[in-house]
Amino acid sequence: MSYTQLAIFAVLCAIIFDLYITEIRLMRRRVFWTSYAIIIAFQLLTNWWLTSRNIVMYDPNVITGIRIASAPVEDLLFGFALVLGVLSNWIRIGALKKRS
Amino acid sequence: MIVFTIVGSFWLEIFLKVGVLKRIKRVILAVAPISFLFIAWDAYAIRSGHWRFDREQILGIFGPFCIPLEEYLFFIVVPIAAIMTIEAVRRVKKDWPV
Repeated sequence: MSYTQLAIFAVLCAIIFDLYITEIRLMRRRVFWTSYAIIIAFQLLTNWWLTSRNIVMYDPNVITGIRIASAPVEDLLFGFALVLGVLSNWIRIGALKKRS
Repeated sequence: MIVFTIVGSFWLEIFLKVGVLKRIKRVILAVAPISFLFIAWDAYAIRSGHWRFDREQILGIFGPFCIPLEEYLFFIVVPIAAIMTIEAVRRVKKDWPV
């Protein structure tokens, strides 16, 4: 599978994980989107650094070629899936502790 | 860049007292399973040549599956930074439901 396909797949998995597996539904929370807005700003900065200096290089055949701040747009999907997955899991574990 | 992420987010631990590192067990439980999946993806992507690294600009230390050490650190540091961010937002905006 290409990076594009994998990145879209990961985002879908993270959304399903948040909405139906942890049932935290961070996706519907202002607190998540505010945090994500802060995170994405720093992600764009680090992405730009890592790609503009060619520290990380991508096979042009597996990406769409659309770039934001010099990094493939797929990186943003990748980052979104990672952040949503971790935060949903973090809140889920916190909620478990509160209950017990 | 990892150092930048640590500096950029870990001050929240000190000044906003988000107390994320004090809940290290919860951090490990939250991060490990997700990062494991992403490291598997990373391993696949490196093996398939989706992305590669400039050997001159990395430490040159490789962990399992030929993944550079920096990548492993990335999947530890970035999730913790994200957790600190959301905890900081929750601390500032106490009335927002989670």
